[in-house]
Amino acid sequence: MGQTIIEKIISHNVGRPVKPGDIVTANVDRVMLDDIMIPFIVDKFKEMGFPKVWDPDKVVLIYDHLVPASQQDDTRHFKIGDAFVEEYGIRNIHRSDGICHQLMTEAGYVKPGDVVFGTDSHTTTYGCVGAFSTGIGYTEMAAILGTGTLWVKVPETIKVVIEGNLPDGVMSKDMILRLIGDLGADGATYRALEFTGSAVEQMTVASRMTMANMAIEAGAKCAVFTPDEKTAEYCGIELDEFQKSLVGDKDAVYLKTMTYRAEELVPVMACPSQVDKIRNVSDLAGTKIDQVFIGSCTNGRLEDLQAAAKVLEGKKVAPFVKLIVTPASRKVYEDAIACGAIRTLVEAGAIVTHPGCGLCCGRTGGILSDGERVVATNNRNFLGRMGTSRVEIYLASPATAAACAIAGEIVAAKR
Amino acid sequence: MEQFTGKVWVLGDDIDTDIIIPTDYLALKTIEDMKKYGFSPLRPELAAQIGDGDIIVAGKNFGCGSSREQAPEVVKALGIKCIIAKSFARIFFRNSINNGLLLIEQPDLYDDMKEGDSITVTLGQDVEYNGKKYPIASLPENLLEIINAGGLVKAMRSRNGLE
Repeated sequence: MGQTIIEKIISHNVGRPVKPGDIVTANVDRVMLDDIMIPFIVDKFKEMGFPKVWDPDKVVLIYDHLVPASQQDDTRHFKIGDAFVEEYGIRNIHRSDGICHQLMTEAGYVKPGDVVFGTDSHTTTYGCVGAFSTGIGYTEMAAILGTGTLWVKVPETIKVVIEGNLPDGVMSKDMILRLIGDLGADGATYRALEFTGSAVEQMTVASRMTMANMAIEAGAKCAVFTPDEKTAEYCGIELDEFQKSLVGDKDAVYLKTMTYRAEELVPVMACPSQVDKIRNVSDLAGTKIDQVFIGSCTNGRLEDLQAAAKVLEGKKVAPFVKLIVTPASRKVYEDAIACGAIRTLVEAGAIVTHPGCGLCCGRTGGILSDGERVVATNNRNFLGRMGTSRVEIYLASPATAAACAIAGEIVAAKR
Repeated sequence: MEQFTGKVWVLGDDIDTDIIIPTDYLALKTIEDMKKYGFSPLRPELAAQIGDGDIIVAGKNFGCGSSREQAPEVVKALGIKCIIAKSFARIFFRNSINNGLLLIEQPDLYDDMKEGDSITVTLGQDVEYNGKKYPIASLPENLLEIINAGGLVKAMRSRNGLE
């Protein structure tokens, strides 16, 4: 019988055919540990009594949520992390290179067909290159560090077909927001999303990353794209036979199939304070805003900064609006300088901050107060996420966010 | 069958992990330091009101959002005996099991439940409220093994010959 992509990846990993509902012990290809969780991971790992890390080269530690440190005790996390990698011979550590999910793919830690776990829910991102990746807690991470394995339940798959060409001013962010609105915040819980169709084939790996990143906002365990030539180039590899086989079979069984015409999509926003409260930007037009944030593991890549720069070129941010731009990684930052996007953004009035997670989770700068509104390109608009619990967060694409920054109110980017 | 009775706090749908414990407090040293901020964006007074053995009853998708394991640890540290919801987000579910926080899925109780009332839970059987019995399922075998071992840390310690 045919298989979905995720069934193929897990079957290959465990060495026998699996079907949804099977509980299997997966062999872990790579793990990502972040700075917020590292003290807890180390505590649990030591308490479990493992003498060594199963395979130090499969472990990546990334400091991003607390970089640069903003509270007095934050550096304690770096000290604990530094001591841990020293003690167990872990060489893959990034102390100020950018956001974990960006680095895991950009720096080549994840390949198509890999099974990867991370201590952050947006670990679903690596499905952009055809990996099975998902977020876990620190206790399970500690157990993987000792054993190299984790039990997983093979998920059912929801197939999402997107055909055609995205209109100007509509980005993959609009597509994933629309899908989350249609599925609901729990509509894909325990399930895998599999993206396919001509619009998906045309997308850059960066655009696919935005969609895989937000799969968790519909509750999904993971989201996968078929690896293609763009994936191979991005990962700097030649696809092997197994990786080339990661296509959903025609006779695979899907829980359901959802089909979209790209031409029919319009710019949308997730309104406060639910990720699945999706409205067309045109219906929200005229809503006054105080701040705009362009960045995060969802939309802080070069194409995102370029999309914003294109809208902001020769324009000025509204006088009462703070526009904060955070490149997703040092490499994105350098590339955005080289292509002139950073200059355009700064000349338009943007504040550019160092790569990291701070703005998105209200942890390092850019927080707001009661009654203020922010249009943001990140992935969550939960109560209190970017300041007080009375801050209103509207999630949008970089192009929409840039247009709003100029207008000082919600508005769609001009086509 | 294990049976217990507790006073109920009612929360809504989509109670996310940023509500359960905001990012701002995740880097505090211990769960004890964090627990007074539990549920603060939604109900700042709640953490101080919850008593030992209380039960949370909630709607769908409880624990959605981030992978922070501090969320179930804070809930447990506040004294909550178990959470009964229409459904749970998957990372929160795994994290709770691994820390020995009992989660029960029940589709109808939330719609009838009034905060402050008491309910009686009989594990693997039902929840009794106002004379009505709401059926509940048993956990899968592999999860029961972790709970019976006393959580994942203890299961690993025993694997490593330390328990």
